Amino acid sequence: MSKARGLADLGNAFDDGALSNRNLIINGGMVIDQRNGGSAVTLTAAEVFIADRWPVYETQTSVLSGQQNQGSVTPPDGFSNYMGYTSLAASTVSANNIHIFFHNIEGYNFAQAGWGTANAKPVTLSFWVRCSLTGSFGGSFVNHDQNRSYPFTYTVSAANTWEYKTITVAGDTAGTWKTNNQRGLNINWSLGTGSDYEGAEGAWVASNKFSAAEGTVDLIGTSGATWQITGVQLEVGDTATPFEHRSYGDELQRCKRFFEVTTLNDHTFSKYNSNSAYGNVSWEVEKRSAPTLTLTGDWKAYGSGQGAASVVNLYAQHEDTGSARLQIDNGSYSSYFVRQGTPTAGLILADAEL
Amino acid sequence: MDNMNITSAQYTTDMEGNNASIKATIDGTEMSVPLDPANRHYAEILRQVEAGELTIAEAD
Repeated sequence: MSKARGLADLGNAFDDGALSNRNLIINGGMVIDQRNGGSAVTLTAAEVFIADRWPVYETQTSVLSGQQNQGSVTPPDGFSNYMGYTSLAASTVSANNIHIFFHNIEGYNFAQAGWGTANAKPVTLSFWVRCSLTGSFGGSFVNHDQNRSYPFTYTVSAANTWEYKTITVAGDTAGTWKTNNQRGLNINWSLGTGSDYEGAEGAWVASNKFSAAEGTVDLIGTSGATWQITGVQLEVGDTATPFEHRSYGDELQRCKRFFEVTTLNDHTFSKYNSNSAYGNVSWEVEKRSAPTLTLTGDWKAYGSGQGAASVVNLYAQHEDTGSARLQIDNGSYSSYFVRQGTPTAGLILADAEL
Repeated sequence: MDNMNITSAQYTTDMEGNNASIKATIDGTEMSVPLDPANRHYAEILRQVEAGELTIAEAD
């Protein structure tokens, strides 16, 4: 892109209301991977997160593997990370099958687009994609209730080559689009979608379509096929501007509104009754909603004035958007120091994803 | 896209004996799910209860 063109696009972005914080996507550069630390994941028939804020949903199990920087290809200029997926077999896509890579934008952040009103504004999606297959691929924009969707296509022209794509969508003046802490906008890239969930490209439809019927390439239909993506940006307006790089720390804090990993190190628990002691853990970042807690690994506790640690079971007792009350079932001491145990150090996973 | 495999669900109570959260096994992992309608796991539990696919057991 020439400098003059770049300045002109930024001028358009200014007219559309934003020169900074243009990108409504969080972790669009695929930099943050709190859950897996860059390790490969074989996807199950469920919603599975790899890089933060980027889940895959599949109705079939073990047909795809995914990983941050899978395949170790060179990312596009200006990027250091990407998400990669590989088809594990030549799978048949039945009419009711769904395999999608997607991103959900919180309603508070998408409200500025005014969708569902007469003042609905266009939005422009841009991204870099690289695939071992060529042809027309599908995707879609969907609302929270999955009763409004807009299928789109993009074309991969050359195999195993990074290509920059932009898609501009007229704002939806109909339907209900959440403007609170729920799912404001869901954006999907199809890796294999059955006909039940495909719609005509380039038009709003009052149903749940996750791909375009014209997007004929299903990654999962070819064993060993690869698909990689990075530099995803969604901005209000009809113009794609250069990717807005944010600092690592800024991106990590944004991700933690939706998912955070923490632990306890000599955390004080106070005795409540003969069986229970309670402690409180605060989240580094206020969560979108009260998070689901998963407690992994091993924990141990030192009773007040006690030299040796005992192994304890740790429970979540109550969660809210800022903190959680945790419980251990131990005996006679007035207070305990709880910390990570062995052989697997305990972790607390707080999940407030959309 | 919230088609979760929920194989068990049981309320847990707070210090006053009120239901505070749900201990659930979701996609093979035990989780503590808050009673927050904006939480995607709780929303899916409510959907499956409404559909007659799941029962939440009372707290011990």
